[in-house]
Parts: sequence; C-alpha cells; structure tokens
Amino acid sequence: MKWTRKHLLDIESLTADEITIVLDTARAFKAVGQRAIKKVPALRGKTIVNLFIEPSTRTRISFELAEQRLSADIINFSTEASSFKKGETLKDTALNLQALNADFIVIRHSASGAPHFLSRVLNAHVINAGDGAHEHPTQALLDTFTVRERKGKIAGLNVTILGDILYSRVARSNIWALKKLGANVTLCGPSTLVPKTFEQMGCRVTYDVDEAIRDADIINLLRIQHERQRKTMFPSIGEYTQLFGLNKARLAKTKPDALVMHPGPINRGVEIDSEIADCDRSLILEQVTNGLAVRMAVLFLLNGGKGPQGVAGN
Amino acid sequence: MPETNVILDATAIHRALTRIAHEIVERNEVSEEVVLVGIPTGGDHLAARLAKILSGIWNHAVPVGILDVNMHRDDLDQRAAPTIHPTVIPFDVTGKTVVLVDDVLFSGRTTRAAMDALNDFGRPKKIQLAVLIDRGHRELPIRADFVGKNAPTARDEKISLRLVESGAAQDEALLMKK
Repeated sequence: MKWTRKHLLDIESLTADEITIVLDTARAFKAVGQRAIKKVPALRGKTIVNLFIEPSTRTRISFELAEQRLSADIINFSTEASSFKKGETLKDTALNLQALNADFIVIRHSASGAPHFLSRVLNAHVINAGDGAHEHPTQALLDTFTVRERKGKIAGLNVTILGDILYSRVARSNIWALKKLGANVTLCGPSTLVPKTFEQMGCRVTYDVDEAIRDADIINLLRIQHERQRKTMFPSIGEYTQLFGLNKARLAKTKPDALVMHPGPINRGVEIDSEIADCDRSLILEQVTNGLAVRMAVLFLLNGGKGPQGVAGN
Repeated sequence: MPETNVILDATAIHRALTRIAHEIVERNEVSEEVVLVGIPTGGDHLAARLAKILSGIWNHAVPVGILDVNMHRDDLDQRAAPTIHPTVIPFDVTGKTVVLVDDVLFSGRTTRAAMDALNDFGRPKKIQLAVLIDRGHRELPIRADFVGKNAPTARDEKISLRLVESGAAQDEALLMKK
C-alpha cells in the first residue's frame, strides 16, 4: 500500500491503511528529532506557505519546525500582517501565493471547508491545519500516534473524549481516526456541548463523567472553546470544573493504566487539575513532541510524486 | 509470465557473505574500528549476518546499525513516497570505519544518499561499501569495496533478494526478466 494523496484535508476521507502509513512514517521521523543533526534534505528547494488566517501558536510553530527540519523554504502569513485587512479574498491571496510557486499551503481558517476550497483552485499541496469546527487532521494523527506508541495498538481501546465536543474540530478528527482504527469512543461533557447526534458517528454519548472514564484506557480532555461559542452553553466555569473537570479523586476511580491527553492549550484548574497535568500519566508534552514527527511525515508523504515506484534499494 | 532465474541460492549467499567477511578482515587491521551499517530492506539483514561471521573471526562483537536513506534520496518527488524504516545507529560513527551493507548495487544513488545520511551522525574515518550483488548501470562515480557477485543485467530487469529474516522459505536472489 502506497500513499497517493496530494492533499491532507480531513480524516473522514482517509482509510485505516492510509492513517497507518502516516503513523509508521512518523515513527522514523520521530527518531530524526533525537539525532545531533535534526534536519534531513527531503524537501530541499520546496516552498511552503503557512497561511494562518486564524490565530494559532502551537500548531503553527509545530508546522514551521517540521518544515525547517525537512529543509523547506517557508513563508509565514498571518491575519494581522496580511492583505486580508485590505479586503482581499482567500482565493486571491492563495492565487498570489501560487504565483510565487509555492509547493505547499498549510492553512488554518475559521471557516469549515476553506482548505477543501483551496485544494480545488490551486495546484499546490494543501494541508488543513484546522478549519472552523470541522477537522484538525494532524492533531488526530498525532493523538493516535501517541496512543499507539504508548498502548501498542488502537483497536479495542476505550477512548473517552471529555469536554466541548460540539465546537471541537479536534474531537471530530479524533473520532474519525479512532473509529477507523477500531477504538471504542465515548463522548462526555455538558449536554449542550455533546449533542446525541454524535451517536451517528458510532460513539457512545454520556453525561456522567465518572461513568464515562471508569473503563477508559485514554482520557482526552478538550478545552472549552470560548471563542467559538456564540453564547454561554453552561452556567459557569466553576460549575463546569465541578461537574466535568478531571481531578485527582476522579482519576483515582479510573483504570490504573489510563492515560490523560490534551491537545493544548490547557486551562489549569478548569478542565484539568494542575497536579494531573504534570503527573506521569499525562501525555500532554509527548503529544507536542509527536506532533512534530507526524507533521514531518505528512509533508514527506504528500511530497511523493504520483509516478510509478522507482527501483528502490538497488 | 516473466522469466525468473535464480542467480544465488542459499549456499551461494552464505559463501559470498563468508568471503566478504574475510575480505573485510583483510582490509581492516584494527578490528575495533569497524562498524557495520545496513540499508533496509535487505542490507540490514545482511549486515547482521556479516557481523555474526566477523565476530567469530575477531572474537569480539561487531556493532551493527540500520540506516534508512529515503529522507536523503534525490528522486523523492518523482515517485510515490517510499516506505520509511526506522534508523537505528546505537554507536558513534566518528573515527570509525563504517562498512555500508546493501543487497544490490545498481545506479549508486542509494549509496550516495547513505553517505549523505551518515554525515548527519558523525564523521567516520572511512566508509567502505559491501554489496551482495553488483548489477551494473551506475549513474554516479561509485564502486563497491566488497562484492558477493557481479551479475550482468539489462536495465529493465529486476533483482529480488529473498531472505529467511523477511519471511522467505529459503534464501535466494532472483533475476526477473521483463
């Protein structure tokens, strides 16, 4: 099985085999990060534009470093310093970047489907770095990579995603990836943020946090996305913490080898207790390290041509 | 149906590796400086076999590493993305004589990529190249120091090395004609 896709737009359209190729490739790239010289020439001479129309720190930095470690030339484009302020449309901005012979466009946008739109109007490879509340494919890939590395498998694991599911692209991408790889997914959070419609994606929905995490192998916490909520969907932060925050008492009632994940940025004392964020069952910083390897793998795979396989090894 | 010829059987492969091992011994007086680095797929298994023979001759263990060269290839955007294997070099190559081990030497581009990749791990004192089969058609000024068998081939033929380590019933090298 070979990787033949030109773009990475979402997890929904990927097959389990394709997800596995990315995870296997990322394993090799993770090792590159442990060398004295952390750079390989795989994307030498390629130009990558990081088009971040919505603010982002960790994803942008992770992509930038991944691109640099593959020896690509990069241009960073952010809302504050761009012609969007002057009224240029997304399509025109993208066409201008293409006129500069950009080979890859990494886009983060507040509108769902923006990367799909660009993939239809551009010749460049398009990577979705998060589009609205739709998908965040590289986050799901790095999360599944982290789970597989720590647990040795994905199939059959019980994964509980806890928090704001409704507005979370991370949740959607994770659900697709986990279901395709055979995990059992449970969703939990305030009922306003975890609609029953997610059961159509093959998930179990519950509003009792202790029950949701009791048999979990992985507990993935999501941040409350204040910026995406039109009005408050629950009475107060304090009440959210009381009902759904992960604290020591709650974690004590889970499986002893259950691990805690969070895509960041974490709100200490809101969805996660400080103590838990820093404990040895927390994978939060490993997720950051793995994110770099996964993004290098994605860039490397997309760069492959469509032509026939050369005579490898000889 | 493509025509297939066995160019090396299990005995011949073992004999070739034994001879290469003795040539490595002959060429390198300071045995402690020699490390083997195999290139997947194929070369990694051959490197492990050579290390076993060499440690029998030298009476000490010979370090073996695995080097995936795909991140350093010069034709990455001309073909589907290759399958990458983890690189494992559990020793410092600086000051060592690194014997690169590959199954088949063809264009020489894999060897070039391997030498580039090796530079990222340190500065070896020497790099030597051992291959089981040299099939000709070089595109770069590269030659092997140790060759198991010279096999004249046409450019569009394919050589396939099957080893028991990768699940084959028996060791054999096959030449497949178009």
